[in-house]
Amino acid sequence: MSAQTLYDKLWNSHVVRQDEDGTALIYIDRQLVHEVTSPQAFEGLRLAHRRPWRIASMLAVPDHNVPTTNRSAGIADPVSRIQVETLDANCAEFGVTEFKMNDIRQGIVHVIGPEQGATLPGMTVVCGDSHTSTHGAFAALAHGIGTSEVEHVMATQCLVAKKSKSMEVRVEGILGHGVTAKDIALAVIGKIGTAGGTGYAIEFAGSAIRALSMEGRMTLCNMAIEAGARAGMIAVDDTTLDYLKGRPFAPQGDLWDKAVVQWRNLHSDQGAAFDAGVLLDAAEIRPQVTWGTSPEMVVAVDGCVPDPATLSADKREGAERALIYMGLSANTPITDIKIDKVFIGSCTNARIEDMRAAAAVIKGGKVTVKQAMVVPGSGLVKRQAEQEGLDRIFTDAGFEWREPGCSMCLAMNDDKLAAGERCASTSNRNFEGRQGQGGRTHLVSPEMAAAAAIAGHFVDVSKL
Amino acid sequence: MKKFTLLNGLVAPLDRANVDTDAIIPKQFLKSIKRSGFGPNAFDEWRYLDHGEPGMDNSNRPVNPDFVLNKPRYQGAQILLARENFGCGSSREHAPWALEDYGFRAIIAPSFADIFFNNCFKNGLLPIRLDAGKVEILFREVEANAGYKLAIDLEQQTIGAPDGTVYPFEVDAFRKHCLLNGLDDIGLTLQHVDEIAAFEARHHAAQPWL
Repeated sequence: MSAQTLYDKLWNSHVVRQDEDGTALIYIDRQLVHEVTSPQAFEGLRLAHRRPWRIASMLAVPDHNVPTTNRSAGIADPVSRIQVETLDANCAEFGVTEFKMNDIRQGIVHVIGPEQGATLPGMTVVCGDSHTSTHGAFAALAHGIGTSEVEHVMATQCLVAKKSKSMEVRVEGILGHGVTAKDIALAVIGKIGTAGGTGYAIEFAGSAIRALSMEGRMTLCNMAIEAGARAGMIAVDDTTLDYLKGRPFAPQGDLWDKAVVQWRNLHSDQGAAFDAGVLLDAAEIRPQVTWGTSPEMVVAVDGCVPDPATLSADKREGAERALIYMGLSANTPITDIKIDKVFIGSCTNARIEDMRAAAAVIKGGKVTVKQAMVVPGSGLVKRQAEQEGLDRIFTDAGFEWREPGCSMCLAMNDDKLAAGERCASTSNRNFEGRQGQGGRTHLVSPEMAAAAAIAGHFVDVSKL
Repeated sequence: MKKFTLLNGLVAPLDRANVDTDAIIPKQFLKSIKRSGFGPNAFDEWRYLDHGEPGMDNSNRPVNPDFVLNKPRYQGAQILLARENFGCGSSREHAPWALEDYGFRAIIAPSFADIFFNNCFKNGLLPIRLDAGKVEILFREVEANAGYKLAIDLEQQTIGAPDGTVYPFEVDAFRKHCLLNGLDDIGLTLQHVDEIAAFEARHHAAQPWL
């Protein structure tokens, strides 16, 4: 057999049937469920008198609407409350395992899946959420789907799909001090654009990727969708296996050993051909800051806000509109941009390593911005951070230490920006209104966000 | 699902690239547990001058007169003409639900984000990729001619312009079949129950930890 990419292997091992035009039925191993994109799917099942095909493949958690403070009082917004209660009721009715709002295991769906070992190498993983690409960090084929497809997977355990093209994003070399997986992600998006990966499944490879922790790999795969690729993935290695061993949903004993033998094959073969390739030198990547309203509008922290007049014609109008929305002038040094609020959290950057990295740059400093919040990705991340004393470092510096959830990444709960407020955020999207109508988002790494909270403006963490 | 066969519809131009699904339907409206009723809040932040929340009486809200869909000449539009990477961002199917509920049946753009593109077909909404040069011509035509309509024929895979130009387009055979006949994917997939069950048995025998 000819050399296969990791994507080929994952795809081929899940094809139930394939039609002549390339349309295939793909078997789905794991479906993660949250409250926002599932109610209509459950309702569809009910109306058609259908049952989920394989209940054990499903794992549910409320994350988008949950409050990040004072949970004992429940959810104040009645519309949000109904949505979470609807998830609870649907999971109870159909027998789906759910980590409810006050369960220690509750958290952002893309944090808890891997944390529980519910995401395993070789799996197909779907969820009604575009950041499902996160799970590809475990050499899984993982991508977001719409609610109709959520219902389709519930009812049939399959998805109707066509194979994507493949792209290899290779990052070679050693990242500099203060440069993280988030900066790799933003640098890649800056290079290929937010539509650069459309129609592709991306495999991240190279020595800089192999050197990343699982947390870093999840951050990177999480943002594959911001490059337009539904799926991002990384080959299995010891880092993957060390992370998963002993997790509640991971196989144990003999089964673990058997699984590892198969998982070791989950990499692209020598000489496997990709449809497209991108190469980055890790040493050249600087801490990144977005300046506009699309993740591709990004520069290095030691750069300046670009002058739209110097951009190509197709980018100029969008850049001009973005600068007006962002309240920024061309050629402003990034480190001169003053910040109102800081958000450290989201499915991109709310894992234990992100918490540690943010805490490490505080060094006794105090928050000088209006508000800085840290929202751990799960109850278990929160507990571990507290065991390590990180919560004290944050609260002593003036950060708010919150309960886990999606929070101000998309501002569906009460955590949001007011119009005109400028935020350094570790989340994944700087779209207009994403963090609150009129709010201005700059995407950065946890280190960059924490440093900005202390300084009141962006600082180059590679020089700290 | 609604069938899509022929559409002779008024065209509205949305002249900006990278229109994301947060813009198409802002997050506060995603709290609904229903599939319908999103139309009045499509493009909410661009369309109204105040801040929208679920449950508001949208008919009393101040509209933004500068937003293209609020212009009298585009009222009743069924075809949205858009730019590159339309529908990027979140996977929310509420975006096609909102566009369909607003009255659109087709979107023409040089490129679409993958998940949005896929979601459209599940909701009787036809996304058509046309190369950027042709889209540019259509933008000029629609802006120059009030009441500009296009005739979309899905069976023939053509867009007919008033000046007689015919633009052919590509569409997946399976998706075309489903749209033309208004077919529900789930019903079609369940015709293969035996194959799925056989695959599942083999798959789990080989990987008993799944």
